[in-house]
Amino acid sequence: MCIGFPGRIISIDENNFAVIDIGGTHREVCLDIVDEDVGLGDYVICHAGYAIHKVDEDLAKEKLAFLKELIDHEIY
Amino acid sequence: MKYIDEYRDPELAKGLLRRIEHLARKIQKNIAIMEICGSHTAAIGRFGIRELLPSNIRLLSGPGCPVCVTSTGEIDAALYLAKQENVIFTSFGDMLRVPASGGITLQMIRAGGADVRVVLSPLDALGLAEAHPEMDVVFMGIGFETTAPTIAATLKTAKARQIRNFTVLSVHKIIPPALQILVDSPDLRIDGFLCPGHVSIIIGADAYRPVIRAQRAAVITGFEPVDILQGIAMILEQIDSRQFEVAIQYTRGVRPEGNKKAREVMEEVFETVTAKWRGIGWIPGSGLNPREAYRDFDARRRFVVPEFVSEDPKGCSCGDILCGIKTPKECPLFRTVCTPVNPIGPCMVSSEGTCAAYYKYHLNEKETG
Ligand code: SF4
Repeated sequence: MCIGFPGRIISIDENNFAVIDIGGTHREVCLDIVDEDVGLGDYVICHAGYAIHKVDEDLAKEKLAFLKELIDHEIY
Repeated sequence: MKYIDEYRDPELAKGLLRRIEHLARKIQKNIAIMEICGSHTAAIGRFGIRELLPSNIRLLSGPGCPVCVTSTGEIDAALYLAKQENVIFTSFGDMLRVPASGGITLQMIRAGGADVRVVLSPLDALGLAEAHPEMDVVFMGIGFETTAPTIAATLKTAKARQIRNFTVLSVHKIIPPALQILVDSPDLRIDGFLCPGHVSIIIGADAYRPVIRAQRAAVITGFEPVDILQGIAMILEQIDSRQFEVAIQYTRGVRPEGNKKAREVMEEVFETVTAKWRGIGWIPGSGLNPREAYRDFDARRRFVVPEFVSEDPKGCSCGDILCGIKTPKECPLFRTVCTPVNPIGPCMVSSEGTCAAYYKYHLNEKETG
């Protein structure tokens, strides 16, 4: 039930609602409880009609690249 | 889709499995790892992860599905409210098929004429209240810390807009007190916990300190195969080195401090109360009720819901399954009487329930360990 899905913000209105794109599908989510400043193009994790987290893209890329490296070099 | 495919990369998964096999050989002894999130249970089944692991690594499912841990008495209260005159009862879909006392469900009373509606967000329920000022709209507030802030934020909005015909039946539960009970349980020796990714977005890493104090591993983990395999590898690393810490595998979702704003909204609207968990019993401080300032939005106060003498479904082992004491195949009703089409207990209803996951993905007897 705690399913969260990542989506990219494509618009934000004056009531603090955003339209997000999830692989081509659009959904409206409320931005009232997300903890950081979010803007167009940001990825957010959404749950039950609210954005609850802004994805740190650089960190995500860095961690994935690091994992790939460990595996490619058979350190793992 | 972004942030999904990368975490299903077969090469990464293979590499992580090699790592897990290496660590399992090194540790030698049997290791029990519990996932306490229904989404993990479903993903582990779906991607066949249990079958890929070395034989000394066992995955147990814990009380991680909010629908499953909801007590029969709480579902009785939902049915009571849904049957009231002039009420539109709204809920997330999973709840509709969970049997209350006597095997009755929300779905059944809807067929009998009650106005029961499925919503995807509490905001949709609030929208219904605004559209139907002549009706009382009750929303079933269910879920862990992932969901509770969204209900709290909706109640704040309802209060600000002075909406008078909207109330919440709060059966929310919070994870840390239940986790503490599992850690303290003398019957259950769990070496490490795959901690729930989306609950942790809100509560952060500190909430799992008691696990570490008890010398068990804790890794906050995401929901794709690469996430789960990496989470398991990180748990084994902690066990191998005996260096226990709350680690975050799911870094794209969880910051160590969690989501403070969401916690503040949750704390403003709700206070903690003793709540009854199916299978575990009453746990102090594990439930959430609207505070005095939000009393007008509390369905239990608006409608004076009576105390029910509730009975759990006869012969259902959900309680033991939720604590990792039994697996579904040890329930005599599993797959014979109890199926997803005709669920006897909540663990078979929700797609995240352990019984439903086993039914769907572990049809082969050999695999149901
Ligand atoms: S198989 Fe059905 S009856 Fe048995 S524990 Fe699971 S939900 Fe309950």
